[in-house]
Amino acid sequence: MLEKLVLELLKKGKRLEKRGFLDYREIKVENNVIPRAEGSSRVKIGNTEVIAGIKLELSEPFKDEKESGVLIVNAEFAPIAHATFEPGPPSEEAIELARLVDRLIRSSKTINFEKLKISDELVYGVFIDIHVINHDGNLLDASALAALNALNNCKIPKYEDGKLIRNEIIGKLEIKHKPLYCTIACFEDKFLVDLNQYEENVVDSKIAIGLKEDNTICAIQLLSGKIDYDKIEKILEIAEEKTKYLRNFVF
Amino acid sequence: MVELIKDGKRVDGRDFEELRKIKIEVNPIPNANGSALFSFGNTIAIAAVYGPRSLYPKFLQEKEETLVRVRYNMAPFSTETRKNPGIDRRSIEISKVIKNAIENSIFSEEYPRTVIDCYAEVLSGDGSTRVTSLNALSISLALAGIKMKDLIAACTAGRIGDKIIVDLNQLEDNYGDCDISFAMLLNTNEIVLLQLDGEIKKDEFLYALKVLKEKCKIIREEQERKIKEYFEKNA
Repeated sequence: MLEKLVLELLKKGKRLEKRGFLDYREIKVENNVIPRAEGSSRVKIGNTEVIAGIKLELSEPFKDEKESGVLIVNAEFAPIAHATFEPGPPSEEAIELARLVDRLIRSSKTINFEKLKISDELVYGVFIDIHVINHDGNLLDASALAALNALNNCKIPKYEDGKLIRNEIIGKLEIKHKPLYCTIACFEDKFLVDLNQYEENVVDSKIAIGLKEDNTICAIQLLSGKIDYDKIEKILEIAEEKTKYLRNFVF
Repeated sequence: MVELIKDGKRVDGRDFEELRKIKIEVNPIPNANGSALFSFGNTIAIAAVYGPRSLYPKFLQEKEETLVRVRYNMAPFSTETRKNPGIDRRSIEISKVIKNAIENSIFSEEYPRTVIDCYAEVLSGDGSTRVTSLNALSISLALAGIKMKDLIAACTAGRIGDKIIVDLNQLEDNYGDCDISFAMLLNTNEIVLLQLDGEIKKDEFLYALKVLKEKCKIIREEQERKIKEYFEKNA
């Protein structure tokens, strides 16, 4: 029902929340919301809400990696967040989202892994878990924003005698960049950002562009549909403008 | 660090914008409705399409269109050190983007209530495995008689320093600065697969897309030539 209405509105150049095609819904960010986690952030974009939590754990560095750091990103589309989310193993969408956030942070070399080295055999591993609390579209932009905020506020606990002393903080995780995603949709000849859950199901295609603060591209993924070859340049321009705006919400 | 460019040539002696040798076998799997083996140099993928066929349980059926299912899988012996058999998170993501490419390349409304199962097995992996799989699937779909908007031509590009390269091998994939997987329908000028990992400036990226489109023309021609050859021989 709502999808049909949303489709009719889009055809008339309108959106459900009476916003422009290139406007985000209201964004709210609250950091350090999980006392148990080393870093955390709760991000709302309209009715979409995600929490990113970071745990640092003692890990062995990967020997064959370009960088010595350990970074694991996981996403949980918990059944609390939407009627269609089911318990059980992660869906392909959840896996894709986690891998995209991982790619964004890894490609942009955002984390200063040097600071997380304890010895040649031991490092602080960075485990980012993204928990969707309410799904009303645009989970990727929200998740990347939450992950970056959580990283930016992540505390490093003391290491002593083979274990971590969680209540003794020795410093903050250092981030070198601020990469974010802007997901852009094509509908007929128009472009849209920040789709709600109904819009996501009726647009022609969606593409995620990950950019650093200097507009270096660090991740791209065609999420659904097909895109006219000649539209790519315009899509990159929109992503530059919108990620710049989103960076105002990194605290 | 691994030296990826020496005396203006790549590690395997290629020029920056040179594809590896393309090899295609048409219908190597008689049981399938359509199948193909596609290789770029040492990367080999074999694909099979089963369908359109009936889909059960019935509630999975789509009233207006066919359901496309894709499984991309790497054989345990396809990698440098043995890969654990089975589907990992990487394979799930790749299967998803390949599925999207296929869904947007076929006329799905022609086959309501059916399923088209698309399987790609990477037999030997030396970079660019997902685009190699997609090229094999493109030929397989055509051989299965599925109505398509165009053959799907797929290729990778990347960046090493200030150089844009195409058709990445494993070393370039692992140690290069950026890699792009790309597939398009040349008939309609539409991109159906696009993934980027690593860092690249906008101008370099747009140049890489231009080169990719050129290379996809060659790949598409090669697919078409082999399919025609097959039908001439088996007419």
